[in-house]
Amino acid sequence: MSDDEHGLGFMLVVILGGLIFGFGLALSNMARPEVVIDFLQFDDFGLVFVMGGAAVVTGTVFALAELFGDKAPLTGARYGRRLKSFDKNVVVGGVIFGVGWGISGICPGAAYASIGVGNYPILIAIGGMFAGAYLQGLWRARRADSAARGTSAD
Amino acid sequence: MTGLTPLLVDSLFPNGIAHYALGGLLIGLGTAIIYLGTGIIAGASTFLESTLSYVSDLPRFNKAKYVTSRDWRVVFTLSIIAGAAIYTVTLGDGWWVSDVQPWRFAVGGVLVGIGTRIGKGCTSGHGVCGVGSRSRTSFVNVATFMLVAIGVAQLLQAMGVSP
Repeated sequence: MSDDEHGLGFMLVVILGGLIFGFGLALSNMARPEVVIDFLQFDDFGLVFVMGGAAVVTGTVFALAELFGDKAPLTGARYGRRLKSFDKNVVVGGVIFGVGWGISGICPGAAYASIGVGNYPILIAIGGMFAGAYLQGLWRARRADSAARGTSAD
Repeated sequence: MTGLTPLLVDSLFPNGIAHYALGGLLIGLGTAIIYLGTGIIAGASTFLESTLSYVSDLPRFNKAKYVTSRDWRVVFTLSIIAGAAIYTVTLGDGWWVSDVQPWRFAVGGVLVGIGTRIGKGCTSGHGVCGVGSRSRTSFVNVATFMLVAIGVAQLLQAMGVSP
């Protein structure tokens, strides 16, 4: 059922949103890891305006949709905050992500956009991100497995 | 031409502010359009796990939320690439290639992949969508990765790693 429930209108909205999102990432130079590294080294604080500008738009639209909207027309999903629960993983993951971001200057969305500006070496980083996502999935699966089997295993 | 303000602006923002702010507004607009149409808050990093479900049998990557969303997430990511390419050939100043050393991309990429998945989001999921939703979880995550990334980048700079 997964594939057919997303109709043409749904995909067109995703494409339009993705195009504008990627256009914005390229315009703001976030697709250039050097610019992100410049921010982290306090050479250029422009990134504050990128994140701030984006959060102002999403914050405004999310709040207005919740106040005056009802359901999303293409899915029937109700507008409302979708808050992720807080636990120590939020901090642990933030630290690991922060080390990676500080080393490379790349994050997922900006890395995809980086392909679009012609930055082919970014494929190394994207390959690394898939490897990292796979490793943590494997590790979590193993841990869940061994927890289920109890301490007697191995 | 006197006064501290223009001087400060120049030193804090040597490349100006306009394209940063305008780019940020568009990033938010792209997210907002998808949200208004579908109710989905589209973070960029879930693409990693949902795409792994095409090639891995691991149950972790084949949860319903990944399998049912993997098709549009591929479309979303390809559209991000296309949007950046459209900027590059229209308003941009041509194709561009980074000078950052490949080992930084490799090591950083792996850690980013692990970290976003353990931390439940990335710069777009937490930084743009979560902060926009006034989520305390996202504020904590963003503050954490900002501070750590600044420390790491400054350390590398002090060690003479460039670019």
